[in-house]
Amino acid sequence: MAQAQAPESVAETRQALAAASYLADEPAALVSFLAQRLGKPILVEGPAGVGKTELAKALSRASGRELVRLQCYEGLDEAKALYEWNYRKQLLRIQAGGESGWEDVHGDIFSEEFLLERPLMQAIASAEPVVLLIDEIDKTDQEFEAMLLELLSDFQITIPELGQVAASSMPVVVLTSNNSRELTEALKRRCLYLWLDYPELEREMEIVRLHAPDLPEALARRLVEVVRMVRELDLKKPPSIAETIDWARTLLLMGAEDIDRETFEQSMSIIVKHRTDIDLVAERVGMRLSAPTGG
Amino acid sequence: MSATASPYGPKAEAGPPGLAAKLLGFCEELRGEGVAVGTSEILDAFAALEQVPWESQDDFREALAATIAKSQEDRRLFELLFERWFFRAAEAEAIERGAGEGAEGERHEAAGRLDIEELREQIRRAIVEGNDGEMRDLARLAIAAFGREGEGSGVVGVDVQRIRRTLELTAGTQPRQGEATDGAAERPPIDREQLNRFERHLRRELERDLIERTETLPPSRPLAELDRALPTSPTQDLAAVHRAVSQMKRRLATLGHEQRGRKRAQTVDVRRTMRASLETGGVPMHLRYRPKRPRRPEIYVLCDVSTSVTSASVFFLSVLHALHDSFRKLRSFVFIERISEVTEIFEHERDFTAIAKRVSSEGGVADVSGYTDYGRVWLEFLAEISEDLDPRSTVIVLGDARTNGREPHAEVFAQVAERAGRLFWLNPEPKLYWNYGDSVMAAYERHCDGAFECWTTRHLENFVNVVAGGVPAAE
Repeated sequence: MAQAQAPESVAETRQALAAASYLADEPAALVSFLAQRLGKPILVEGPAGVGKTELAKALSRASGRELVRLQCYEGLDEAKALYEWNYRKQLLRIQAGGESGWEDVHGDIFSEEFLLERPLMQAIASAEPVVLLIDEIDKTDQEFEAMLLELLSDFQITIPELGQVAASSMPVVVLTSNNSRELTEALKRRCLYLWLDYPELEREMEIVRLHAPDLPEALARRLVEVVRMVRELDLKKPPSIAETIDWARTLLLMGAEDIDRETFEQSMSIIVKHRTDIDLVAERVGMRLSAPTGG
Repeated sequence: MSATASPYGPKAEAGPPGLAAKLLGFCEELRGEGVAVGTSEILDAFAALEQVPWESQDDFREALAATIAKSQEDRRLFELLFERWFFRAAEAEAIERGAGEGAEGERHEAAGRLDIEELREQIRRAIVEGNDGEMRDLARLAIAAFGREGEGSGVVGVDVQRIRRTLELTAGTQPRQGEATDGAAERPPIDREQLNRFERHLRRELERDLIERTETLPPSRPLAELDRALPTSPTQDLAAVHRAVSQMKRRLATLGHEQRGRKRAQTVDVRRTMRASLETGGVPMHLRYRPKRPRRPEIYVLCDVSTSVTSASVFFLSVLHALHDSFRKLRSFVFIERISEVTEIFEHERDFTAIAKRVSSEGGVADVSGYTDYGRVWLEFLAEISEDLDPRSTVIVLGDARTNGREPHAEVFAQVAERAGRLFWLNPEPKLYWNYGDSVMAAYERHCDGAFECWTTRHLENFVNVVAGGVPAAE
C-alpha cells in the first residue's frame, strides 16, 4: 500500500498549511496532523463559510496529493458516489464476442475494465494517495452514511460481483457538515471531530492580510472589527471568511481609506446577502460608524 | 497502557497510578454526564496521544477532544469536565504523595519584595496579552501578596472579588484620576472576557491553596441540572433556550429522513424506468420509483401568552422561532383573550428580542383583563381559519388550559380537532396539576391526538418524536 510521507509534528503540519495559504488554528492543525498520522477521517463541522472545504483543499496542496471531491446532495446514491457498471461497454462485449462461451463472457464483463469509477472508488483505487473531500455530508440521507462506513473504517469497498476492493493507497478523508442534521453515531465514531468556528480577531486579520496583502493594516483591522460586529447580529446568513476577503479586495478597488458610513453602505452587499439582513445591518452597524466627514 | 485498562476503569482517586487509569476515569465521568464514549473512541484517544507531545496542555486537550467529543454539545461538557477532572486528579496525586508547594516561602518573600504598583502593572499587561502561563504565575503572586491577610474569607468566590478589587482591575477602559499625566492614561482597555480569564486563574489557585491547607478534596458532584435543563424564566440566558431548540431542529431534520427510509414510496417513475430499461435492451426489468419527499406537515401553532404562563412563554416563543426555520408551511398565532396571527412577524424578524417585543406590542391579543379566554379563542380560530384546515394539517396548542372560570367551549374545540389532521396540546404544567382549579384540560384532552406536559427538553424531544412520525415514549 502506497503511503505518503506523514508530517512529523503539529508545527510542521501548521507550516505546510500556511504555505498552502491556509492559516490553521491550533485545533485544526492538530486534527489535520492526527488524521495523517493515524489514517482516520476528519469530520469538520461549523457554520457556513468558515473554511471547512478550504481546509481539505489546503491539505491537498500542502501534502501534494490530488483532491478528489464528492459533493453530496439529497438523493445521492452509490451509482454516483461509488461505482457503476459500464453497461454499454458490457453490451458491446457481449455482441462482439459472439463465438466465445458464456463462462468467458460472464467472467469478462464483470471485471474492472467494465467498472466506471466514481469519486469514492477513484479515491481508494488511485495509485498515488489522495485527499478525499466528502462535502456537506449532512445533505445526504442516512442510508448513504451507512454506505460510507465500510470505506471510512477499513478503506475498502465491497462490489458483489468482484468481492472486496481494498485501497491501493491511504487517502486522507475530510467530511464536512453544516450541522443541518445530526449525523449518525456510527459515522462520528469513525472520525476525528473538528469544530471550526469564526476565527479570532487576530487570526482573521492575518487571513485578510494573506489574501489582500495590499490592504493597509489599520484598514484591515477596522474591516475585521466591522465584520465581527455584523456577525454578532442574528442574521439569516452571517458573513463568511470568504466574504470578508472579498470585501477587503473591494475596498482596495474602491481605494477606500477608512470604513465610514458611506463606504459601508455602498459595499455592504458584499458581506450581507439577504434583504431583511441588509435592513438590520444598515440599522445596527451603519449607525455606529462615523459619518464620512468625521474622523 | 496499564494491564488493568478496562473501559469501566476505576476512579482516579482509588485507582492505580498512571495516565491510562486517569483517562479511563475521565471517560467514565463523561459517560456519567451523558456523553456517548465508546471503547473505540478510547482506543483512538490513546492512539492520538501517542502522536502529540504531552507537555503542551493545548495539544493534549485537543487530541482528546477530537477523538472523544463528537459534537458541539459533547465538546461543551468535555470542556467543563476536563478542567475539573485533571485538576482534581493532579491534586489527589499531590495529597497522596504529600507534595506541597516547596517554593512557598520563597514566593512569599518575592511577594513581599515586590512593589504593589509594579505587580498591578504586570498583571494588567499579562491580562491584555492573554498569556495564560504568565497570568497563572501572577495570580499566585497576587494571592501570596493579598490573599493571606486574615486567611481570606474561606469562600473562594468572595476572595477572588476581593483580590480583584485590591488590584483595581475593572473591565473596560482604565480611567484613573490624577494620574493622567504620567502615561497611565494610555493603558490598553481590559476586555470583560480577558478579565474573566484572570479571575478563573485566581479561582483555580485559591482552590489549590485551600486543598493544600486542608489536605482534602471538596466532594465531586455531577454537573448542575441547570447546565442542561430547559430555562423557563425570562431572566435566564436566551442563548440557552436557543441551544435547546436548535438541537430539536436538527432532530426534526433527521427524523424526517428516517421515516423516508423506512417506508419507500411505491410510485413508479416512468422516465427513469425507461432509461433503466436501456440496460436490458428496452425491456423494463427494473422498476424505478419516485422517492417520497420527507413529510413537511402544514402546522398551525397557537400559543398562550397570558400572565399565567409567563414563565413558559419565552420558551414557547423561541420554539415557535425555531419551528419557523424548519417548516415552510407554518402559521403561528398568539392568544390571551383573543387570537391574533403572528406568522408575518416571525417571517420578517430574525432577532428574537425584537420578535418578543413586536408580538407583545402588535399582537393585540389582550382586551381588558389579560386573562385567557379559551372558549372565545376557539370560536375566533374556527371562524377565521377553519377553511384552511385539512387532514394534512397539524395543530399545536401551547397553553395551560386555565380558563379563569369562563366557558371552555369544548365542542368548538372538538370541531377544530375534527377538521385538522392532528391536534397536539403542550401544557407547561406538570400533569399532576391538570384539572385542578380552573384548569379544564380533561375537556380538551379527549379531542387531542396527544396532550403532553412540556417544561423540560426531554418533554420537548418526546413531543418532537411524535410529530415527526415516531412512537411516543412510554410514560
